Amino acid sequence: MSATAAAPAPAERGESPGRRALRRFLRHRIALFGFLVIVVFVTVALAAPWVAPYDPLATSWTAIRKAPSAAHWFGTDENGRDVLSRVVWGARASLMAGVVSVLFAAAIGVPIGLVAGFAGGVLDAVLSRIADAMLSVPFLILAIALAAFLGPALENAMLAIAITFSPVFVRLARGMALDAKATDWVEAARALGNPPWRIAALHVLPNIVPPLLVQSTLAIAEAIIAEAALSFLGLGQQPPAPSWGSMLNSAQRFLESAPWLAIFPGAAIFLVVLSFNLVGDGLRDAFDPRAERR
Amino acid sequence: MWVWLARRLGQVVPTLLILSFLIFGLQQLMPGDPALILAGEERGDPQVLAQIRAELRLDRPLHEQYLHWLGDVLRGDFGFSWRIRMPVAELILQKLPVTAQLATMAFLIGALIGVPAGILSAVRRDRPADWLANAVALFGISTPNFWLGIMLILLVSVELGWLPPSGYVPPTEDFRQSVATTIMPAFVLGTNVAGVLMRHTRAAMLTALAQDYVRTARAKGLPERVVVWKHALRNALIPVVTLGTIEFGRLLAGAVLTEQIFTIPGFGKLVVDAVFNRDYPVVQGVVLTTALIFVLLSLVADLLYMAINPRLRHA
Repeated sequence: MSATAAAPAPAERGESPGRRALRRFLRHRIALFGFLVIVVFVTVALAAPWVAPYDPLATSWTAIRKAPSAAHWFGTDENGRDVLSRVVWGARASLMAGVVSVLFAAAIGVPIGLVAGFAGGVLDAVLSRIADAMLSVPFLILAIALAAFLGPALENAMLAIAITFSPVFVRLARGMALDAKATDWVEAARALGNPPWRIAALHVLPNIVPPLLVQSTLAIAEAIIAEAALSFLGLGQQPPAPSWGSMLNSAQRFLESAPWLAIFPGAAIFLVVLSFNLVGDGLRDAFDPRAERR
Repeated sequence: MWVWLARRLGQVVPTLLILSFLIFGLQQLMPGDPALILAGEERGDPQVLAQIRAELRLDRPLHEQYLHWLGDVLRGDFGFSWRIRMPVAELILQKLPVTAQLATMAFLIGALIGVPAGILSAVRRDRPADWLANAVALFGISTPNFWLGIMLILLVSVELGWLPPSGYVPPTEDFRQSVATTIMPAFVLGTNVAGVLMRHTRAAMLTALAQDYVRTARAKGLPERVVVWKHALRNALIPVVTLGTIEFGRLLAGAVLTEQIFTIPGFGKLVVDAVFNRDYPVVQGVVLTTALIFVLLSLVADLLYMAINPRLRHA
């Protein structure tokens, strides 16, 4: 991961680095598959009111824990609610939690990391030590503790995930800033009298985009698992609002009589997380300047 | 080497200090007045509230509260559980061995699958065995532990009836029963470790196989078996050992949900129950303990790195 990854114009057959990365990504069939799955899930989540066959909250006494059928593709749950509709609406909570918390984490972490890397000295030492300290608490434990102290709600779970993830972005941005500081073009920009903020915004930020994109995609995968885990523990989305994690929690009680309750929400988590991981890996390969093989 | 060691130990101190700020700060996030939560039925009695505040030092200024708390922690006093009415440190020491057993088994399973798979995949690069190993690793990383656990219970316990779905027996009581109750959760935890270790091992082996000394060994006419197992692997394992140590620490966190699903009375179950009972000192104690273990393990990882890397040992 070097700053030269997207260095201005190596002029390889006149192709810009972004375009080359796109071309490579499009040739990466498995990553493309992951991307398509994400597009499908996002579309379904956005169009939930039209896609879901039933109201996800509507209970029914005559349809309690019915196995999957033509009327209810994924069966019904312990309150007679349609599982497919709940999985569809649950996609909203999961995807939103994953994307928003990672955006938040990057929004907190990247500026701090850039400042630390550029300023150096005491400020850098303090900020880096704080990031180190936060990274030394295992991710899920810190998220659980934060969510517990903040109180159970989806917004708090997202906030907890965002805070726990931010040091990863601090490290990434700091490393990129340090790399950039040592390059000739930043040296030149500085010699021309550009103020540090201008150098950071114009010369470092564009170079940080590829690794940031890779890191964010992989972080979204982890954040979706974390949100599901917090909801599973009752610290995320509150019932009766549907979320994949809380659906799995209540499914546990009916494992023998209604296994479909556990299968579908879990499969949805798995598929989305797998897809984000595939896209993240694909992006990493696509941006890797050393790998022209593929 | 001694200078390096001293500098490395010196890094631990500020990290721990910042951690203590963060963990103490957690309780400031708590909504509402802890005295009101603790007083319960007697919340209307100002005398009881004052007594609780004095006992918890809530009536003192914040910096004084922090110093007292830090002093207690340094003496091994992690506070008192609000619900279970026991010292937090004692509770943690009671539960930690259960999770340690689970984590050790999970780590063994993960390492036994992940490391050989990584070696095989590097040696057979871009061939079916490599694709298969990569696919399995990706599945291991992408499957949420708690879902895999539920699915395994469904298959192995409910459908096949081979293993008990929940419960725990200590190994000192009945070793076979103990293994029977922990093997499924250990496997669930181990899949993730296997995925991570496979990827690290593969990357390290690929790097090692591209080195000059490997080319030299091959040029000397050494059999491929010796080149791979002796020359490449020994060097490739150096980063894997250190990363493995960190993975072991992460298992403690991973155990939270797995213990919940298999109702194993360990460390993870302790923190989840504490969260539900709003037993904040226990939550704080657990975060503190995992952080301490993690800092310690990264130190061990660095020391191991020194110990097995001859270039650093003599530096």
